[in-house]
Amino acid sequence: MNIPTDLLYCSSHEWIRLDGDIATVGISDHAQEELTDIVFVELPALGRSLDAGDPTAVVESVKAASDIYAPVAGDVVEINPEVETDPALVNTDPYGKGWLFKIQIKNADELESLMDPAAYQAHIS
Amino acid sequence: MPDLNHSPLESAHQALGARLVPFAGWNMPVQYASIIAEHTAVRTQAGIFDISHMGQFIVSGPTAEAWLNSLLTNNIAKLAPGQGQYSLMLNDTGGVIDDLIAYRTGPNDYFLVVNASMIDDDFFWLAAHQDEQVTLRNESDLWAGMAIQGPLAAKIFAAVCPADVLPPRNGFATTTAGTIVCRTGYTGEDGFEFFCPNDQAIAFWEQFLAAGATPCGLGARDSLRLEMGYPLNGSDLSPDRSPIEAGLGFFCDLQKPDFIGRDTLARQKSDGPAVKLTAIQYSGKGPPPRPHYPVADSSGTVIGELASGVLSPSLMTGIGMAYLPSAFSQPGTPLQIDVRGRLFPATVVKKPFYKKPNP
Repeated sequence: MNIPTDLLYCSSHEWIRLDGDIATVGISDHAQEELTDIVFVELPALGRSLDAGDPTAVVESVKAASDIYAPVAGDVVEINPEVETDPALVNTDPYGKGWLFKIQIKNADELESLMDPAAYQAHIS
Repeated sequence: MPDLNHSPLESAHQALGARLVPFAGWNMPVQYASIIAEHTAVRTQAGIFDISHMGQFIVSGPTAEAWLNSLLTNNIAKLAPGQGQYSLMLNDTGGVIDDLIAYRTGPNDYFLVVNASMIDDDFFWLAAHQDEQVTLRNESDLWAGMAIQGPLAAKIFAAVCPADVLPPRNGFATTTAGTIVCRTGYTGEDGFEFFCPNDQAIAFWEQFLAAGATPCGLGARDSLRLEMGYPLNGSDLSPDRSPIEAGLGFFCDLQKPDFIGRDTLARQKSDGPAVKLTAIQYSGKGPPPRPHYPVADSSGTVIGELASGVLSPSLMTGIGMAYLPSAFSQPGTPLQIDVRGRLFPATVVKKPFYKKPNP
């Protein structure tokens, strides 16, 4: 199972990559494998203000629609249009081209509640 | 999960890494690696499905034909030995108890294959109407089942059963090994359904795999059947809906002697049904349509909900079926599907959704 060491993780299987106060959000390799063939991705509106835990995006496989939650509070500053046209990118490159959205973080303290790679590894095993 | 039934093939599914889920009281594979890949294997090559959960009834006796004809919508008198037909069993008000395939296996002998979820209800209904000259036996616990479906299915059968000949479409045969083979399926592809004693199931499963069949789960089974517009009992069929409303009038013979539910069918046929199970396809892209999503007319007024829905792997767009007022059931009628509060344009189409390309 691929769990990059430079990311933080949520118990609901989102990952975030920090670049200053901008957090890129996607779903983990484990999550995409559990969800199987992703056939549709619904992304949030640009500028939407999120609280940590808000349902923010929807990732759909043939059998199920799954909510993706905001790992921390912030505003949506960018979305990935490529996963809307090619949802399978979430399966094939979950930490790269399969990213979902970026948020500008409101409160860096919230990052403390996220898991480091070792904790996430323990969480899914 | 209390008292799930277990297929004799369960260990084979686990060995293949299948995801098992409760379905109709059984622990069954929903998929192995990918529903889309499994779906495509059936459309282009061949897939194998575990259908051990399905029920088998044996009906025999001098009055079996007349008795079954009084309980089923299709005309069983039209079957010669070795032939089968799709049929429905209705309640007193013309609602569907179950849809099934009835095969005539001899002059006075029949083999019924029924839905897993309805085995007990069906048997109870049949027993409650039993004719003293008819023997009814529930053999559901004795038979394992596999459906091999796809353009390569006949070749796979020839490889595994070289001494036997596949029966023609809708036909029934007993093989030299004593197994049962029916030229039927639920995918729209050529193929056969194969029934053997439970203790032989793993050996045949492995032979079918070795001959080239891709293991397929309930996920692909659902998308394949829905692309053909085939109904699923419990989703598209119910005790409150008649086969006329479900668009299955072709399988109801109103000319044959009386049968349970006939009055409702005759009335709906002459007056026209108030609602019809309507095939709906997205006009563009959108999230996968799913059961219970509201269906609205072009002005946004909700007129029904999806009974079935899926993102069609063959058509790469959303398809579904809904009971709608008959005024909205004409092909070409513009509709909208409500997905989490957003409306996606869709159109009524003619079944099947998927038509096989010319070779």
